[in-house]
Amino acid sequence: MTSPRSAARKSGRAPSGRDKFSDWANRHRKWLFAAPAMAFVGVLIIFPLAWTLYLSLTDSQGSVRAATEFIGLENYMTVLSDVERFWPAVGRTLTFTGVALVCEVALGMGIALLLWRPFRGEKWVRVAILLPLVATPVAVGMMWRLIFDPNIGFANQLLAAVGIPAQPWLSGQDTALGTTIFMDVWQWTPMVVLILLAGLTSLSEEPDEAARMDGANAFQRFFFITLPLMMPTVIVAILLRGIDALKTFDILYATKGKGGGSFHEVETLNVYAYGLSFDYNQYGLSSAVLILFFMIIIGSMWLLTMRKKAVSK
Amino acid sequence: MKRRSVMKYAAVAAALSMGLTACGGSGSSDAKESGIVRVTLANHVWTEGIKAAIPEFEKSSGLKVELTQLGEDQLSDQYNVKLNAGSDEIDVMMYRPLQEGKAFAKNGYLADLTSKVSSDSGWDWKDYQEGPVKATTADGKVVGVPIITEREVLYYRKDLLKAAGLEVPKTMEELEAAAKAIKEANPDTAGFVARTGKSAAVTQFSSFLYSFGGDFTDSSGKSTVNSAAAKEAYAYYGGLIRNYGPANVSTDMSWPEAMAIFTQGKAAFYTEADSLYKNATDPAKSKVSDTVGFAALPAGPAGSKPYNIPSWGLAVNEASGNQDNAWKFIQWATSKERTLAAQKAGVPGPRASVWADSAGTSTYPKDLAEAIAVSAKNGVGHDRPEVVTVGKAREIVGEPIVASITGADASAAADSAHEAFQKFLDSEKK
Repeated sequence: MTSPRSAARKSGRAPSGRDKFSDWANRHRKWLFAAPAMAFVGVLIIFPLAWTLYLSLTDSQGSVRAATEFIGLENYMTVLSDVERFWPAVGRTLTFTGVALVCEVALGMGIALLLWRPFRGEKWVRVAILLPLVATPVAVGMMWRLIFDPNIGFANQLLAAVGIPAQPWLSGQDTALGTTIFMDVWQWTPMVVLILLAGLTSLSEEPDEAARMDGANAFQRFFFITLPLMMPTVIVAILLRGIDALKTFDILYATKGKGGGSFHEVETLNVYAYGLSFDYNQYGLSSAVLILFFMIIIGSMWLLTMRKKAVSK
Repeated sequence: MKRRSVMKYAAVAAALSMGLTACGGSGSSDAKESGIVRVTLANHVWTEGIKAAIPEFEKSSGLKVELTQLGEDQLSDQYNVKLNAGSDEIDVMMYRPLQEGKAFAKNGYLADLTSKVSSDSGWDWKDYQEGPVKATTADGKVVGVPIITEREVLYYRKDLLKAAGLEVPKTMEELEAAAKAIKEANPDTAGFVARTGKSAAVTQFSSFLYSFGGDFTDSSGKSTVNSAAAKEAYAYYGGLIRNYGPANVSTDMSWPEAMAIFTQGKAAFYTEADSLYKNATDPAKSKVSDTVGFAALPAGPAGSKPYNIPSWGLAVNEASGNQDNAWKFIQWATSKERTLAAQKAGVPGPRASVWADSAGTSTYPKDLAEAIAVSAKNGVGHDRPEVVTVGKAREIVGEPIVASITGADASAAADSAHEAFQKFLDSEKK
C-alpha cells in the first residue's frame, strides 16, 4: 500500500513532521481507528473486572478504603464450600434461566409463526405484543407484586371468582421462584418473538413450497424444513436472552427485596452478590461470587457459540 | 488525587454493581466551602416539611440547597457507593443511627460535630433526650444530630373492640385473647397483623422480646437469642400472626404492606412505630381513619418495654469540603421551631422542650400522645442488635421470627440463630 506521501518520499523530498505523523498514522490505522473503542472497553470493562478480581483475593470488608490483606484463594474456598447460600443460588440461577428460556423460546416461536403470514389487524397485534417490552422491569415487578398480593391482589380475586382457592404466589416458599419466572416470560417473550420473526421473514419460500407439493403436512413442514433453517436464529435468540436471564436482577429485587425473600426463595447469584456487597459489606466475598458468576456466563456463552457454529455449517 | 478519586469512584461503583444497571454519578464538581449545600434526605414525612421550608433557609443564610431525596434502600446503597469512594458530593446526610451509625463511624465517614453542637446555647444541645444522643455519639464524639424518634405502639380498631365487647388489651395474654375473639367473630378480618419480613420484622419484634424479659445480647456482648424468654417471645409473635393473622400471610412484609392490611380495614390489632401514625389517621390513606385507636404496647412477663429510639439523624460527610455550611443547614433544620413544626405535622422529635410544650402534642390523637409518654418512660434505647454490620445481624436474629410464623420449630430455629449470631459477634470483635 503506497500512500501519496511515501511516493513523495521516494522522489527525494525531505519529509516534514506532518508527513511523518500521517505516515505513522497510515501504518497503524487499524489500531488508530479502534483506539477510542478500546479505551472505552479498557476503562469501563477491563479495569472494573480487574479490580473485582483483585478485591476477590483480599479480605476487603466494611469500607473499600479500609486496609485489606491479600488472602489468596480463601474467599473462593469459603464461597465454594458454602452449601447454605451459594450453591442454592447457583441452582436457582440455572433453574430460573433454563425454565424461562424454554418457555420464552417455545412461546416466542409459536407467536412468531402466527404473525408470519400477513393478516388483517396485524399492526395492532404486533403493538400489543411488544407492550411488555417497553415497560421498566422494576415497574413491572411492582405491578405484578400488587396483582399477586395474597390478600388484596387481583389474581386471587380472579381465582375466587371461578372457585379456585387463593394461591400464595410470590409469598410462598415453593411458588415464589415460579412466579418470578412467569413475570420474566411475560416481559421478555416479545423480544424472542421479534428476533424469530426477523429470521422467519428472511427465509426463502421455495423449500416450504416444494414440501407442500410433495404433500407434507404443516407439522412436517415446520419440523423438517422451517425449524432446521431457523436454527441459527433460534440460537442467537437463546444467546441474547440467556445472558440477560442469567443476570436478571430488577424483577427479583422489586418483588422480593434484599436477600430474595425471608427464605432466600428467589436469591440468584446476582441478588446474592448484591446482598453481600450492599447489605453485609463483604466486598471480598462478593467479588469472589461475581468472578465465579462471570465465569458461568462466559462458559455458557462459549458453549452456545460453539453450537451455533456447528449449526451454521 | 482528584483523578484518582474519580477513578476509584468509577471502579467501586462498577465493581459493586457488575451485571446490574448502575447509575454512575456525575463527575464531582469542587465544593470547597461553596455557597451550595448538597443535602441527601430519605423519603419521610419529616423531609416533606423541611422541603417546603428550604426557601426560608436559603433567604436567611444566602446559601443554596441542592436536595436529593431517595427511598430507604436506595439511600443506603447510594451512601455505600459514594462514601466508600470518598466522594465529596454529599455535605449533609440523613442516616439511621442504629442501622448505619456504627459502620459509618468506624469507616470514618462522619465528621466530628462535638465542638459545633456545644457552640450555640440558643440551639441548645442539652435539650436533646439522652437516648437519641447516645445513638448519634461514637467513641465519645458527637457524629450526628437526631431528628426523628419512634416507639412501638399498639394500633387498634375501636369499632371491632366495641362490637366484641372487649377492653383495650393491657397484657400480652389479653392481646392474644382479643385477637382470637375478633378473628373468630369476623372470618374476613385478621385479629392481628405486624411485619413479617425476616429483616424488617426484627425492629418490631424487639419490643416483644424486651417485654418477655429477653434481649439480643447480654451486657458482655454475648448472644442471648436462645434464652427461654427469647424463645417465648419468638413463639408468641409468630403465633399471633400464624393463628390470628391474615389468610395466606406473606413472609416479606415490611411496614408498607402491614400498614396497608390495617388501613384497608382487614385487621383489628397492629403493632408498629408511632412515627407512622399519620398513615392510619389520614382519611386519604386509610379506610379506618375514624375508628383507629392507639395504646402503649401490652405488658409481657417483664412489663411493657417498647423500644424508644432515634430512627433518623443528620450527619456531615467527613470528606465534604463544605462542613461549616453543612452545619448551618443542620442547625436550622433541627432548631426548636423546626422541630416543633415537624412534630405538629406528625413526626415525633428528640427535643425534651418540644415534648414538654403542650403545642408539641396538640395535633396528636389524645390516646397516642398518652401512649408515647408512657413508652418514652419505659422504653429501651435500641430496636435491633447493636453491631457494625446490622444488615447481616438482622437476618440472623430474624430467622426464628419467620420460622415461628410459618409454623416451623421456632425453638430449634432460635438455637441455630444463637449459634450463628455468636459466630457473627465473635467475627466482629476481631
